[in-house]
Amino acid sequence: MGRFVVRRVLQAIPVLIGVTFLIYCLVFLLPGDPIRALMGEKQDPHLALVLRARYHLDDPLVVQYWHYISGVFQGDLGTTYTGRSISDIVAQRFPVTLKLALTAFAFEAVIGILAGILSALKRGKFADNVVFVATLFLISIPVFVLGNVLQLELGVKWKLTPVAGIEDGWPTSYVLPGLVLAAMSMAYIARLTRTSMIESVRSDYVRTAIAKGLPRRRVIGIHALRNSLIPVVTFLGMDLGSLMGGAIITERVFNLPGIGGQLAQSVSLREGPVVVGLVTLLILIYLVANLVVDVLYAVLDPRIRYE
Amino acid sequence: MSEQIIERPVPADGPTAKAPEPDGKPERVASLWRDGWRDLRKRPMFLISGFVILCLLVLAIAPGLFTARSPFSDGFCDLQHSMDGPTSGHLFGYDVQGCDIYTRTVWGTRNSIIVGVVSTILTTALGGVIGMLAGLWGGWADSVISRVSEIFYALPILIGGLLIMSMVGSSNVWTVSFVLSILGWPQVYRIMRGEVIGNKYNDYVAAARALGASPMRIAFRHILPNTLAPIVVVSTMNLGVYIAAEASLSYLGIGVQSPAISWGLMISDAQDRWLTSPHALLFPAGALSLTVLAFIMLGDVVRDAFDPKLR
Amino acid sequence: MTIIEDAVPATRHTDDERTPLLEVRDLHVEFHTREGVAKAVNGVNYTVRAGETLAVLGESGSGKSVTAQAIMGILDMPPARIPKGEILFRGQDMLKMSGEERRKLRGARIAMIFQDALSSLNPVLTVGYQLGEMFRVHLGMSRKEAKAKAIELMDRVKIPAAAARVNDYPHQFSGGMRQRIMIAMALALEPDLIIADEPTTALDVTVQAQVMDLLAELQREFNMGLILITHDLGVVADVADKIAVMYAGRIVEQAPVHELYKRPAHPYTRGLLDSIPRLDQKGQELYAIKGLPPNLLRIPTGCAFNPRCPKAQDICREQVPDLMPVTERDGGELPGRASACHFWKETIHG
Repeated sequence: MGRFVVRRVLQAIPVLIGVTFLIYCLVFLLPGDPIRALMGEKQDPHLALVLRARYHLDDPLVVQYWHYISGVFQGDLGTTYTGRSISDIVAQRFPVTLKLALTAFAFEAVIGILAGILSALKRGKFADNVVFVATLFLISIPVFVLGNVLQLELGVKWKLTPVAGIEDGWPTSYVLPGLVLAAMSMAYIARLTRTSMIESVRSDYVRTAIAKGLPRRRVIGIHALRNSLIPVVTFLGMDLGSLMGGAIITERVFNLPGIGGQLAQSVSLREGPVVVGLVTLLILIYLVANLVVDVLYAVLDPRIRYE
Repeated sequence: MSEQIIERPVPADGPTAKAPEPDGKPERVASLWRDGWRDLRKRPMFLISGFVILCLLVLAIAPGLFTARSPFSDGFCDLQHSMDGPTSGHLFGYDVQGCDIYTRTVWGTRNSIIVGVVSTILTTALGGVIGMLAGLWGGWADSVISRVSEIFYALPILIGGLLIMSMVGSSNVWTVSFVLSILGWPQVYRIMRGEVIGNKYNDYVAAARALGASPMRIAFRHILPNTLAPIVVVSTMNLGVYIAAEASLSYLGIGVQSPAISWGLMISDAQDRWLTSPHALLFPAGALSLTVLAFIMLGDVVRDAFDPKLR
Repeated sequence: MTIIEDAVPATRHTDDERTPLLEVRDLHVEFHTREGVAKAVNGVNYTVRAGETLAVLGESGSGKSVTAQAIMGILDMPPARIPKGEILFRGQDMLKMSGEERRKLRGARIAMIFQDALSSLNPVLTVGYQLGEMFRVHLGMSRKEAKAKAIELMDRVKIPAAAARVNDYPHQFSGGMRQRIMIAMALALEPDLIIADEPTTALDVTVQAQVMDLLAELQREFNMGLILITHDLGVVADVADKIAVMYAGRIVEQAPVHELYKRPAHPYTRGLLDSIPRLDQKGQELYAIKGLPPNLLRIPTGCAFNPRCPKAQDICREQVPDLMPVTERDGGELPGRASACHFWKETIHG
């Protein structure tokens, strides 16, 4: 098990370096001079020089990247051109996005899995059809439409939920944005759980469990469910990363001061270091989530553990 | 000892025993497609989504057939009508600029369809070819390509889109399609590579190799046909996904730019006025949802019909 | 249709003591599919007594496994349906029992061994857990007691180092060992009847014999009834007491095991026997029954075997032959024998 984890960690490192380098290139190939963007047309030539030197702007890209990545490995995400520590920005913004993503994650896991199980057990019946139609809608209605409409209907018109912002704290301010962010994944989880549950209900080992005279609760709850959750857990883990990405839209709709909003703002302001820092963080979370999934996978499926 | 080779009179499988298929592979693949197609035609979901998609294609190719007005003509928008509700002759009402929403929704179809189709073709071609090569080559080439694909895979589509779109600068349907393809190919790549590796060691491929078939012939005649079904399934499903992604990027202001028409852009413009004039959001959002729904449904039925594992 | 109870008039029994362990009467099972109704079992009758081994022989799709699943009560209903028939366990019709009553019989009184132990054991649970479950669910034992019992069972089926392997997962065992675990699971609560559905098909030939021997030994020890379902005539010869040959959902011939080998009374049985390779016929071409097993959606009229039968006449295409007692040429009784062929006389004596 230990070796398994170490191997996965080692495999993740080149991906992390590759992604950050890719983003670094993308960001610093952005058209426009960041110093000019910062100081406007009336730039002080001396200050500009100092800044260029501090941010290694005149070095080749690879050298710049080297300075950057070695900082990251020492826990230093760098500073903005205006001198603010990016770590501070992260400390301020990140909890919002994390709370949002985890809320959404809880929604999609709980509702999605339950709906999927219900759908599988009532296959072809009314409940199955209801879940099916609901998943179709959740998948096809874009998040920003769903978010806007729910925000205005529930928040503005009916005053059931906060309209925007995070003044009411967790959970109140995060329930609706979390649900909206979770919507599409929830539908996929429900479908995946259903398919995988149907497959395992049909399997030989479930037939054996029935032949053993086990009560239905036990047949479904232990023998079928545990196997059918393996692919679901994989999806959930992979999805944590895309939830952080999807948060861009949700944060914008609900005006939440999270990473997504900051990212969009920094991209348009050409704040390269911020963009790279934030994206690196998101990728890091994605990779860690994948790592956790791999380990969890091995816990759930002994066939992988002993390979 | 040859007498120990036992030929038992017990072929066939299950209650609906069919004649055992000859082991020749092309027949098997052909029958998969034939069975799949026969299966498809019987499904109401296929007929419904197929019909909707056909309508959308016609709308995209010839919007002029459905509306006399052109959204790009002078005097198309009239600020006096800003946010006016539906009236006869203007069934969907007016948007904030006083433009006819019906005409703009109809004309918006083209950009959505272009992005969906072009991105799907590009990702399928890119992911398919790279996946095929990685699967066939194996070894260190495969490792390198796979790591590179993981790098792109790790980049969420919206964040990657945000970065690349701001780098590219000019945003139109073609750059959006390009960006979505750059970010989307690893998914097709993974499936293709998996299928190729899975098929590479099949007995009939070994047989073909033993008979001296060239690598090209093995790849195209023996491996490719077997990998197509899952690729087609995933690509069909992606059509809807890319159309939704374009709308999201446009909504964020980094996709298609005005004066080009995009449903995402229309929704973005109308979002604040939902409570007073819901029509401005409802119609483009409805069109977008319907389009995505049609492609998702198509993807569903195609998967059910062609993925024998899920039958 | 005449009901032949074991086709042995002498053993008709009314007193409780002689009530057979299991009696299947005129059982019908059909599957409702998109293409139509597949008639998998069409009036099967057989009995099994304590300590007795009945081998049910037939090709895939002959209804032998479906009958077994109906007895176990593990058919998926729907699509399966039992329109007609009785399954008496110790004289009680199980088809009339409540779901809960049947569940309590399953595993405890009637147990089943499946063909492919790898897929039939749950891959994510340890074998100890899966064996112990029997004791926990049916006898309400604690986890700890159940595990001790599991080790005891594994010892009993001769799995080496049972105590050390109780926490292993199915994929960590060899095929033969896995099948032993399946057997242990079936034996756990010392049931009265075991149904073994092709228990050795997935195993190597040498392991097959070991597993069969073990099964036979344990059956003697506990005096259990055993239904051995197989398509392999070779497996049957040593262990079975009597054989029922199935074709297209019916029993076409029934006989004590050695009688059947010596003198088959149905052309299908003869075809099966002739297609076994034999050392004394080395060099000769192996016989194979021509044609394919019937499509259960469209079973041929008359005798279902008629399209493949070398002896088929017009009557075979028109009239379904009943399962009738088979006698000697002079009318002398052949106890336990029956055949469903219009031309059984020609087949057995000719």
